[in-house]
Amino acid sequence: MSAADLSWFLTFNRFGLGARLDSPAPDSDPRQALLGELATPAGASLDDAALPRSSDILQAVYADQLRRKMERDRTEAVKSTTFGMPAPSLAPFLDADRPRAEPAATPPPAEPRPAQAFFRADAETRLKQACAAPIGYVERLTAFWSNHFCVSRSKSEIGRAAAGAFEREAIRPHVLGRFADMLAAVERHPVMLNFLDNAQSVGPDSRAGQNRKAGLNENLGREILELHTMGVGSGYTQADVTELARMLTGWTLVGREGKLGEPGTFAFNANAHEPGPGRLLGRLYPQDGVAQGEAALADLAREPATANHIAWKFARHFVADSPDAALVARLAEVFRKTDGDLGALARALVLDQDVWRAPPTKMRNPWELTVAAYRAFAREPSDPGPALGALSLLGMPLWQPSGPNGFSDVSADWASPEGMKTRVELAAQFARQVKTAPSPPVLLEQILGPAASPATREAIKRAESQEQAYALLILSPEFQRR
Amino acid sequence: MAFGIHLTRRAFAGAVGATFASAMIPRSASAASARDPRFVVVILRGALDGLSAVAPIGDPDYADLHGALALEWGGAHPALRLDGFFGLNPAMANFARLYQAKQALVVHATATAYRERSHFDGQDVLESGLAPGHVESGWLNRAVAALPAGERVGAGGALAVGAIAPLVLRGPAPVLGWAPSGLATPSDDLVARLTDLYNHADPALAKALQAGFDADRMAMQHGMDGVKPGGDVALAMRKAAEGAARLMSADDGPRIGALAFDGWDTHANEGGATGRLAQLLGGLDGAFAAFESELGPRWNDTVVVAITEFGRTAHINGTVGTDHGTATVAFLVGGALAGGRVVADWPGLKTADLYEQRDLKPTTDLRAVLKGVLADHLGLSAATLTQSVFPDTLGVAPMKGLIAA
Repeated sequence: MSAADLSWFLTFNRFGLGARLDSPAPDSDPRQALLGELATPAGASLDDAALPRSSDILQAVYADQLRRKMERDRTEAVKSTTFGMPAPSLAPFLDADRPRAEPAATPPPAEPRPAQAFFRADAETRLKQACAAPIGYVERLTAFWSNHFCVSRSKSEIGRAAAGAFEREAIRPHVLGRFADMLAAVERHPVMLNFLDNAQSVGPDSRAGQNRKAGLNENLGREILELHTMGVGSGYTQADVTELARMLTGWTLVGREGKLGEPGTFAFNANAHEPGPGRLLGRLYPQDGVAQGEAALADLAREPATANHIAWKFARHFVADSPDAALVARLAEVFRKTDGDLGALARALVLDQDVWRAPPTKMRNPWELTVAAYRAFAREPSDPGPALGALSLLGMPLWQPSGPNGFSDVSADWASPEGMKTRVELAAQFARQVKTAPSPPVLLEQILGPAASPATREAIKRAESQEQAYALLILSPEFQRR
Repeated sequence: MAFGIHLTRRAFAGAVGATFASAMIPRSASAASARDPRFVVVILRGALDGLSAVAPIGDPDYADLHGALALEWGGAHPALRLDGFFGLNPAMANFARLYQAKQALVVHATATAYRERSHFDGQDVLESGLAPGHVESGWLNRAVAALPAGERVGAGGALAVGAIAPLVLRGPAPVLGWAPSGLATPSDDLVARLTDLYNHADPALAKALQAGFDADRMAMQHGMDGVKPGGDVALAMRKAAEGAARLMSADDGPRIGALAFDGWDTHANEGGATGRLAQLLGGLDGAFAAFESELGPRWNDTVVVAITEFGRTAHINGTVGTDHGTATVAFLVGGALAGGRVVADWPGLKTADLYEQRDLKPTTDLRAVLKGVLADHLGLSAATLTQSVFPDTLGVAPMKGLIAA
C-alpha cells in the first residue's frame, strides 16, 4: 500500500462523498484534484433552471392555503374544531416519501399538497448533484453550511415547501464566497425569517407596535449570535440579543396579499421597525431602516469570536470531534486574514498537513453514508424516495433538524445503538436490491483499496453470498468512518 | 410564600428523627428488598412554558403577564384545579386524574443551575448534570453506573428510545437502544459476522451494535409491532412511551429509560388552553397514560419525570408566544410517588420578583428533585449523588418525601 493511494482514500472520504464505482483511476495529486474541484466556475451553484424560485414556491403555497381555507369555510357549519398552529411533528417524514402500502398514522390529504412536490424536486436535485460529483468536496461544504444555517421543514408549510430553495438561494451561491455575504443572504431569506419567527417580530415603539399591541420576538436575534456567528458564551449578553432583535424588526416576508411587494419575497416593513439607534457589543448603529440590521450583521461577520466559532465547527466537521486547537487556530487565522473568504478556508483545509495525518475517527452522518453507498454501487437516484426514507430512519431527515442548531456533528450521536441497528437494517436492504455490481473483492479494491483492514478483507472474502458481502462492505468501519 | 407543601410521614419522621441512623439510610432497591423500581426520564427539548402548563391562577399578576395565553378557572376551556392556586392545562386530563390518585406531582419555579438562555447549553446542563460544555456523560447513566454490581435495577441495562440516545443516558453504563422501525430484520448471520468484524476492527461500533440488537430482540419477544414515524405528534409520543414501557415491564427488561420529545420552543402563537402548546401537552399526557397502562403492575413501583432545559418569559412577547426564560415546572408521575401536590416555594410574579425582571425566578433546584428521586426510589447514597451523579452539589440536598413511604 502506498502513501499516495491512502491519500486518495482520504480525499474521497474525509473531503468528499466516497469513491464511485466508476471513479477513474487516480493519476494526479489528490490535493490538486480537490483544489481543482473548488476552482470549477459554477462552484456550489446549481445549473438546474427548472427549479422554481422560493417566491414562486411561496406563492403556490399561499394559493393552496387560500383554496383549502375556502373549502374549510364551506364545511365550517358541519364541523367546527379550532386549533392554533399545527404542532411541529416529531418525524412526519415518511408519510409522503414512502409508498403508502399501509395506512398512515393520520389520513393523508385528499390530493398531494404543492409543498411536497417542491420538496421532492429539490431533494432529488441535491441527491443527484451529490452522487454525480467527481469527489464531492463542494457538496460536502454545501451540506456543512446548510446545516450551520439550517431551517427546518417541520416549522410550517413555507419551510416544508421551500427549505431546498433556501439552500439553493442563500447557501450555494456563497459556499466558496464570503461569509458576510452568506450571512446577509441567509438572514433576509423568507424561509429563515419564517423559521425563526422574525417575520412577525414588531418593534414595540414602531407604528405597528403602537397600534396593535404586537411586539418583539428575539428568536432570530438570539440564534444569529449563538449559532450563526459568534457562538454561545463568546461575550455577548442578553441585552445584545434583545438589541439585535430590535434592529432586525421589520425584516419580513411578503404575504399572500402582496401589500409590501411581490408575495413570497423579502420585504422591509418600516412600520414594524423599531425606531432609533441600536447598540450592539458596544457599537452604535445610527442607521435608519434595513441598513441598520445589515450593518450589524456585517460587523458580526468580522467579530474575532465568529472566526473562532466557524473555524472550530469546520475542523470538527471534517477532521475530529475534538479538533486539534492549533488546527482551529490556523483556520481561524485564514478566516480573519481573508475577511471570511470561505473558498480560502476550504483551500486551507486541503493544504494543511495535519488534516491528512489525523486518523479517520468521524462517523459518516446519514447523508454522507447514504450518498456514499449510492456512489460505491453507481446506483442512480432516479427516485429520491428510498434515500429520503433512509435518512429519516437514520435520524437525519433532509432539511428537518429538530432545532436551529442543526443535526449533530459528533460521532457518538450517530454510532448509537439504535443508529447502528438501523444502519445494519438499511445496508442489508440496500445490498438485497443491488442488481449489477462487480464481484465483492473487486469492489473492495475500488472503494476501500489500501485502507481496507485484514479483518474487513477477511469478512468480505468469507461472506456467504454476494449480497452479504455488499452489506458488510457498507458496514465496514472503513466505510462507516472518514 | 409556599404553596402545596405537604410533608409526608416519611419526610416528617426524617425531620424529627434525624439523629436516628435509620433516617439516614437510603431506601435500598437491593435483592433484599421486595421493590423492583422503574425510573423514566423524559426530556422536553425546547424549553417548556411552565406558566402555561401549570398556571399560578391565584397569583394576582399572572393574568396580565401571560395575556392571551393565560389559563383561567372559567371560560370555554377551564384549567384543571390542582389546588386553590395552581391550575393545570386542560389538555392534561390524565395527569389530573393521577394527581387526584396521589400518583402525580408538580414541582414549580424550578431550574437547573444554568442561568443563560441557550437551548443547547441548557439541555447539556440538564442532561449532563455538569457545567456547560461537558457532554461526555449524562447524570442518569452515571447513576446507573454507580449502582452496586448485581443490583436488579442496573442489570437490565438502561433503555434509550429514539435514533439518537439522549445525553442524559450516555456514558459508561450499558445502554440499549430502541426506536419504532418498520424495516425487515437483517439475518442473524449478517449481524454475527458484523459483530465479529467490529470486535476485531472497531470495538466502539461493536458495543453500539450489540446494544442495538439486544433491545430489538427483546422487543420482538414481547410482541411489539413496528411503528412508522407518523405525522401525528401526540401519536408519536404515545407510541414511543408504549414501546419503552413494554420493554421496561419485562422481568428481564431494563429498569431505567430515557426519551426526548421535541417542539416546546413556542416563540409564536403558543396558544393557552388550546393551540400548539396544549397539543404538545396533550401528547405528553398521552405518553404518561401509556406508561401507566403498559407497565401494568410495575406502575406501582414507577417514577417518570418530565423535565426541560429552562422556562420561558413571564411576559408574553410580541408574537403571542414566549421567549427563553429561566424557571419552569417539572412533572412527576408514577405509582411510587407521594403525589397529589404542587411543590413550590412560589417567588411571585411582581416585576421585582422576576429573575432579571423577565422570567419566573427559580426557587427550587431541579437537581434537588432529581437527587431526591434517585436517593429514595433507586437507593443511591447521598455521597454517590454528590460525588459522581451530580458532582459538586454538596449544597443541594436531595428533596425528601417525593416517594411514598
